[in-house]
Amino acid sequence: MAEDLFNSFMNGPDEQGRFGIFGGRFVSETLMPLILSLEEEYNRAKDDDSFWAEMKDLWTHYVGRPSPLYHAERLTEHLGGAKIYMKRDELNHTGAHKVNNVLGQIILARRMGKTRIIAETGAGQHGVATATVCAKFGLKCIVYMGAHDVQRQAPNVFRMRLLGAEVIPVTSGRGTLKDAMNDALRDWVTNVADTFYCIGTAAGPHPYPAMVRDFQSIIGKEVRWQLAEQEGEGRLPDTVIAAIGGGSNAIGLFHPFLDDKSVRIIGVEAGGKGVNDDMQHCASLTGGRPGVLHGNRTYLLQDEDGQIMEGFSISAGLDYPGIGPEHSWLHDTKRAEYVSITDVEALEAFQLSCALEGIIPALEPSHALAHVMKIAPDLPKDHIIVMNMCGRGDKDVFTVARHLGFDMSDTEGRDLD
Amino acid sequence: MTRIDAKFAELSAAGKKAFVSYVMAGDPDFDTSLEIVKGLPAAGVDIIELGLPFTDPMADGPTIQLAGQRALDGGMTLQRTLDLAAEFRKTDDTTPIVLMGYYNPIYSRGVDKFLVDAAAAGIDGLIVVDLPPEEDDELCIPAQKAGLNFIRLATPTTDDERLPRVLQNTSGFVYYVSITGITGAAEAEAGDVGPEVARIKAATDLPVIVGFGINSPERAQTIASISDGAVVGSAIVSQIGAGKSVAEVLAFVKSLSDGAHRG
Repeated sequence: MAEDLFNSFMNGPDEQGRFGIFGGRFVSETLMPLILSLEEEYNRAKDDDSFWAEMKDLWTHYVGRPSPLYHAERLTEHLGGAKIYMKRDELNHTGAHKVNNVLGQIILARRMGKTRIIAETGAGQHGVATATVCAKFGLKCIVYMGAHDVQRQAPNVFRMRLLGAEVIPVTSGRGTLKDAMNDALRDWVTNVADTFYCIGTAAGPHPYPAMVRDFQSIIGKEVRWQLAEQEGEGRLPDTVIAAIGGGSNAIGLFHPFLDDKSVRIIGVEAGGKGVNDDMQHCASLTGGRPGVLHGNRTYLLQDEDGQIMEGFSISAGLDYPGIGPEHSWLHDTKRAEYVSITDVEALEAFQLSCALEGIIPALEPSHALAHVMKIAPDLPKDHIIVMNMCGRGDKDVFTVARHLGFDMSDTEGRDLD
Repeated sequence: MTRIDAKFAELSAAGKKAFVSYVMAGDPDFDTSLEIVKGLPAAGVDIIELGLPFTDPMADGPTIQLAGQRALDGGMTLQRTLDLAAEFRKTDDTTPIVLMGYYNPIYSRGVDKFLVDAAAAGIDGLIVVDLPPEEDDELCIPAQKAGLNFIRLATPTTDDERLPRVLQNTSGFVYYVSITGITGAAEAEAGDVGPEVARIKAATDLPVIVGFGINSPERAQTIASISDGAVVGSAIVSQIGAGKSVAEVLAFVKSLSDGAHRG
């Protein structure tokens, strides 16, 4: 392709909020004016230096950015192939990448004069990040969380309550992340005047997918200069890898590299018990097809009739039947590859990261790491992989203990029989 | 002229307000649901809104969510919903049916195929909650071309600047959502609704029907008196959910339609 014919992958979405056929604004009329005014406010903020100055100040002094780009030497040696770097977003305040986006949305909410913040959460990381920033700014915070997730993520529920948020367990539908999102939308449509909906991933109606991506792109932008610093001017990663539920950490890492054709981009979906007909997985791209849910057109897990199906994953943070629309487009245009990793493979990666690098990862990036383990051994030593360590594993130790047969309530630390 | 246009012409000639009822197709099961729908015209229903079950009804409250789940658990699908409408059409060729639901089951089937099948089943209009004017190319324009009315929701957040856009490709009637909120939640305040209906009527010749938050014959009467008609959904659906007999459900519907027709 001649250089002058090269179409940028970084220009999306269009005016209708579309990435190709994906994205859009599939919301009820009551919400439409709110979404338009949010878009207007965001467009103003995007070009306003004072907005970014405030973000940068908080990223530096409150979140602890830039997060390190860490050469995982022992892991590299162990796998015997590609040189592996971890982008350490698990070291952010609140322990995951989620806060990058929350800060941006809360600053916007304040500019719009909104005083009541609502959010949905799966694993609880986005809920904790939202509760945290709301506490910092003295804003009322309500978090919708599937009743099932409230049970399996008890530590995060307590954190949110400590931070002053009201956590509402969602029992409608099947009581999972998608139902939490439904209830958050129901709240928003009811409380239009004072409420700002802080969506946790790069999905939902336009402008959310673009806005969340822009806030998370700090991840990839930092990787660019950090790698150049460590590997020499102009050196780009050969492969970037990140886990995908809705896909906000992944799009944050990927987006700054979309037009660098030499960079291979791989998103890792949650394969659960294996991508199969029983839908015991959350791999929307590998096992779903395009549909419309939660304000956008994207790949969805659904039955023949267009009814939405439940995902299944060991990781509550990946347990969502959809995916951000930009990923659907990157998948269809083949700019990025999407693969899936099973629960069992993710658990192996989790343990390997602990043992070799002294880093307890969240189960979400453990999926990305598991794919690194698959491909790194066959790649040459000068091939650089950057994987996004997007969250730390404190919240998951109970789940992992149960799966490994370790009894946490036994003070002598015996294994379960 | 669709059955909807004909119905409003008839009501207008008689100086009557419209009573519109909503039930979920296949709730609690296909046969009972069909029996209820067949009984609606005799219970004074002018236009039938038939709910298309969906797993994720984001604009609906618990009553209609649960109705959708009951229907889906009983094996209801888009095809079965069209089958139900077609069965009704065998014995009633005049009462309009408006299919109300969410876009994904329709998109999943394919818009062109859906429109052919819906028209064949005797569906007259569509209300698709998650398709605002910004997405008119998806279904609204093709539906109008296929001879179906596309009925738009106007809401308290639809300001004067936006109203023309909402009305632009609307046909049949305008459905004014009287509250900011979900179905079956708050009560509509007549004092708020009257001026809003007047505002919309000043901008369109279409009838303006009011729904959301109407749950009794008295409310139906009050709302109908300040608009072109009233929609009741959740209040009827909750009777079905409570296991009331078909006769009891229809008696309740009759009380509502009497209220609206007094308005």
